[in-house]
Amino acid sequence: MIDLIHIQILSAIMFCIGVYGVMTRRSAILILMCIELMLNAVNINFIGFAAFRDFSESQRIFGHVIVVFIITIAAVELALAIAIILRLYKNKSSVNIDEVDLMKW
Amino acid sequence: MISLIIFYIISALVLIGSAGVIFSRNIVYASFSLLLALLGTAGIFVLLLAEFLAIVQILIYGGAVVTVILFALMLTKIDDFRSLSNINYWPISAFLTLLALIVLIIGIYQTKIDTQNLGLVKFSKFSNDLFEYWGIPFEIASLVLLVALIGAIVILKDRGNDS
Repeated sequence: MIDLIHIQILSAIMFCIGVYGVMTRRSAILILMCIELMLNAVNINFIGFAAFRDFSESQRIFGHVIVVFIITIAAVELALAIAIILRLYKNKSSVNIDEVDLMKW
Repeated sequence: MISLIIFYIISALVLIGSAGVIFSRNIVYASFSLLLALLGTAGIFVLLLAEFLAIVQILIYGGAVVTVILFALMLTKIDDFRSLSNINYWPISAFLTLLALIVLIIGIYQTKIDTQNLGLVKFSKFSNDLFEYWGIPFEIASLVLLVALIGAIVILKDRGNDS
């Protein structure tokens, strides 16, 4: 039988993989993909808590509703970030984040 | 018992996909690994009896997000894409990430909950709650989508003589 702890550990490992990717990758698109991984780990955690019977009905529905909102915000963030990346590529012809120092003093 | 075996198989797929995103040298392979991880997440949702969110996950992530990322890859030229080993501070990042993972797992084991059986959240109750109790946040989310649409167009628009 699936236990809550399996899902929590899977979610923790996936989240840490995303954090490592954000810290080590240079390309902005890959950083975006790693952020998507982290959001998905959070989604797995919410659904895991919402799936078991020993929480109340409204708590479990809250888990499902918050996952809908997270997916919406992830789509918004992806659209805006890709617009910014394409604009950056037009201006600097590079998407490596260590070459973007326009607003550094 | 059989659900536990299926859970291990799907979580192995998810972790292989996630590792492919951060270790792959080729950025297109990385995006397909992301697709594998996201579809595996949908499989885990099905296993946890959340069918509606699994369908939404496949539609939005598998359909839209990966397609948009592939379009972004096609529109930018990343031939100076550097591999992971060229970043000289990666041991610090690995150490910090491992530390965070250990802290998380210790915290999970400290607050272990003895769970009962899996249970279905009825879809009618979910939709009633979403459109009654969470109605205003739902409308605000749709407003955020509209703002993001307009913002993306404004960011990408050519400003004539300006640039």
